[in-house]
Amino acid sequence: MSVEALSRPLPDGAAAGTLAPVSKAAFKRATTETTATKAVLIGIALLFLALVLVLPLVAVFVEAFRKGAGEFLFALNEPDTLAAIRLTLLVAAIAVPCNLIFGVAAAWAIAKFEFKGKAFLTTLIDLPFSVSPVISGLVYVLLFGAGIVLGPWLKSHGIEILFAVPGIVLATIFVTFPFVARELIPLMQDQGTGDEEAAISLGASGWQAFWYVTLPNIKWGLLYGVLLCNARAMGEFGAVSVVSGHIRGLTNTMPLHVEILYNEYNFVAAFAVSTLLAALALVTLVLKSVLEFRYGDEIAATAKH
Amino acid sequence: MSIAAATPARLQFRKPSVIPGFGLTLGFTVLYLTLIVLIPLAGVVWRTTELGWADFWAIATDDRTVSALKVSFGTALLAAAVNVVFGVLVAWVLVRYRFPGRRILDAAVDLPFALPTAVAGIALAAIYAPNGWVGQFLAPLGIKVAFTPLGIVVALIFIGLPFVVRTVQPVMEEIDKEVEEVAATLGANRLQTVARVILPGLAPAVLTGFALAFARAVGEYGSVIFIAGNIPYVSEIAPLLIVIRLEEFHYAGATAIAAIMLVISFAMLFVINLIQAWSRRRYGYVG
Repeated sequence: MSVEALSRPLPDGAAAGTLAPVSKAAFKRATTETTATKAVLIGIALLFLALVLVLPLVAVFVEAFRKGAGEFLFALNEPDTLAAIRLTLLVAAIAVPCNLIFGVAAAWAIAKFEFKGKAFLTTLIDLPFSVSPVISGLVYVLLFGAGIVLGPWLKSHGIEILFAVPGIVLATIFVTFPFVARELIPLMQDQGTGDEEAAISLGASGWQAFWYVTLPNIKWGLLYGVLLCNARAMGEFGAVSVVSGHIRGLTNTMPLHVEILYNEYNFVAAFAVSTLLAALALVTLVLKSVLEFRYGDEIAATAKH
Repeated sequence: MSIAAATPARLQFRKPSVIPGFGLTLGFTVLYLTLIVLIPLAGVVWRTTELGWADFWAIATDDRTVSALKVSFGTALLAAAVNVVFGVLVAWVLVRYRFPGRRILDAAVDLPFALPTAVAGIALAAIYAPNGWVGQFLAPLGIKVAFTPLGIVVALIFIGLPFVVRTVQPVMEEIDKEVEEVAATLGANRLQTVARVILPGLAPAVLTGFALAFARAVGEYGSVIFIAGNIPYVSEIAPLLIVIRLEEFHYAGATAIAAIMLVISFAMLFVINLIQAWSRRRYGYVG
């Protein structure tokens, strides 16, 4: 085939030997959309996310400052609000470490060993995610409530669980149960057992192998899990609402306090407390994004939330 | 635990390993799981069986229970369907296009995971109330969102969105460009390529995302109760009815509704596992 046959037909008037100007459109990629389609799709996605995600977040801050910064600060300085903040911090400070220890132990057993019933155990660990928050609270009401054996026995021994802090902690542990474990299990399965086996064969004790070999390998994934666990622990509403008893200043966590204030038509105060929780959510999202961006490889890619 | 401990009897249960701590960690895991999750959940089952079939059936078929379950499942289904459409679109835009602010948008998708549900609930109620930012434009059109079942759908769309996006997004990232190139060289236009080559491959991920969003929406409480209006038989969701029964100290009523919801959510969990097993066989990935 001659070179002439391959060359494009020249437009009228074009000098022989120069290439005809080819518009960019002629080279439209076959594996992407036109610029107009892209713009429309991006526009729809932006509009949808703005309406669904951004607007509620903005609304929290605008409503909180509706009557000025003075009212906002006054609402936050109220003793019941401060008690709610303290209780929320206390509950998270107990629930998160419990689930952290559980998560590490479960991931060690499941990722480092091969045994029967492993898949079933993993499914059981995820169970609390598929239970409605209200039912997560209800199970403890049934367990410790007045009706059955445990309730009266505890009462006669002066131990209060329901409508008191222990109940709130238990319900919070239940709903945040899988967070750390489900983050660590795929990560440690990916990392295999080679590093630990090497450490052990070089004379390290099991504890040393965990502390000096495993922990540095999983630290970012662990932090990621703790971050999500903490956000849920501080923000949990349904489960805690069922077991708390809603005693102001005593068994009210921040989300429950928001509800009480809102139902009293004290909107500025309700939204003021909400700004703290929204700020917690924003900090969580920022840290989460930083971890994903910076240490993406060291966080299990398969468990995206 | 030493290697010597790996007797033939143990071999059947687990493969031998030089790594120590199996007994300790597995023991602790099972104990903690049993105390925190299994025994309390078993309590619901036990309480339900105690109830007797006739009583259980009477509560389950009670008008108010039935309408609450209908509201819960209807709104959750609708919200999950909306989330599938917009979730796939958002995932597509995030994966395929480059535009300023994409990274922030990507991070923002997780907001419903991080924002406490009660906060989302009162914020949505404020926005969609008849005098709210969005509500004031809908009110003249005769559309009432807050304090109607439509408001429940809005809250559930908020809650469920990240489930669809985060399930579809990683699968979309793995799509082989060559498949699209082949489709194009074989004469398919872009719309045909997307509709008949790309989307069918995403089906398991989309289904899983739908099921996860639906399962979460059915049980959702915090974000819904502020915007729903909570009118019995109209906009009262099943989790709220459980709370109401508990507050009336009608434990049997609460337990029966909880048992129905538990059965349904475990069935959902089973369906999700089926989809994933099917997807692994058919498409080679876990959706």
